[in-house]
Amino acid sequence: MVEPIIKIRDLHTQYGDKKVLKGINLDIYPYETFVILGRSGCGKSTLLRHLIGLQKPTQGYIYIKDNNFVTASEKEKNDILKNIGMLFQSSALFNSMTVGDNVALPLREHTPQPDSTIKIMTRMKLGLVGLSGFENFMPAELSGGMKKRAALARALAMDPEILFCDEPSAGLDPIVAVGIDNLILKLKKAFKMTIVVVTHELESVFVIADRIALLHEGEFIFVGTKDEMRRSEVPVVRQFLQRAPDEDDMDKDKFLNSLIGG
Amino acid sequence: MNLEITTEEIDQKVFVNIKGEVDLYSSPEVRKKIFDLVKKKAPVILINLEKVKYMDSSGVATLIEGLQQCNKYNGRFALYGLQDNVREVFELTRLDKIFEIYSDRESALKN
Repeated sequence: MVEPIIKIRDLHTQYGDKKVLKGINLDIYPYETFVILGRSGCGKSTLLRHLIGLQKPTQGYIYIKDNNFVTASEKEKNDILKNIGMLFQSSALFNSMTVGDNVALPLREHTPQPDSTIKIMTRMKLGLVGLSGFENFMPAELSGGMKKRAALARALAMDPEILFCDEPSAGLDPIVAVGIDNLILKLKKAFKMTIVVVTHELESVFVIADRIALLHEGEFIFVGTKDEMRRSEVPVVRQFLQRAPDEDDMDKDKFLNSLIGG
Repeated sequence: MNLEITTEEIDQKVFVNIKGEVDLYSSPEVRKKIFDLVKKKAPVILINLEKVKYMDSSGVATLIEGLQQCNKYNGRFALYGLQDNVREVFELTRLDKIFEIYSDRESALKN
């Protein structure tokens, strides 16, 4: 039986009194494209920050390839992170560096590769995302879609086993967004990576996902395949699929008190 | 998994037999072996990848460097015995267009 590459166990997070993640459990298997879907504020970005070690949960564990990421030392964490690529929603390119230097940076920092090999690897990764010939451009000279692709090339620089993507198509026009989805599919085939995508874009989900989890108010209320999701009778899943707005069940007294501070 | 590299020379053709996984940390070893041969201007370098289970982009980049150096003195640089997953990486990055790639040693020798 195939062991999960990522195991999340009883993960809790709270900011003050507000519980953001309420004891979630999840297994993600090697080579699958797993999409974590959810509305704004549902806790998905918090979960992603835990998965890449930017934030410690209040309680619970995350195992990446059997290494407990939550209790790992800084050195152990850095070793785990070498196998992880991250595509940030904002692209997070270094504006003072060329596109090529942005992609080459993790290779220069973390590998014994000579610069001549790094240059070829950088050009290969830029070619893969359709940015051949852009290595000497500065990030400011790129469009939003191109920045996202450059950031993807950088996330892939170290040939990661796991790629995390935070809202990969957010802020892009529909055609560029489809291009990013196709790119994710191509990369999965080429490099046999496990890809975890956090998004709220439904169109994208049904193109790229092998399995989907719907995070709602800090809990997974659905985990399954695309077909299972389409057939699901869970009300929140149906609401999500039908893009139905919340019902207006306002408590008048509560609303008034919120305004007058009562 | 450790990487093992052996070479054998037959009639001015050098076979580089690579066994194991070629990744960010082991590919410099492959590079060193290939560059030693290129420095001596070996006329034919045949890279045996039959026992390479995994090759990342640093391994591929290393082979591109080998090909580039070999081309400079009109030497021949060819690959053979690629396992399916390694072949797929070459195909998807369209590098199968620039390398001579053969299924086995015999076909690599014939051409």
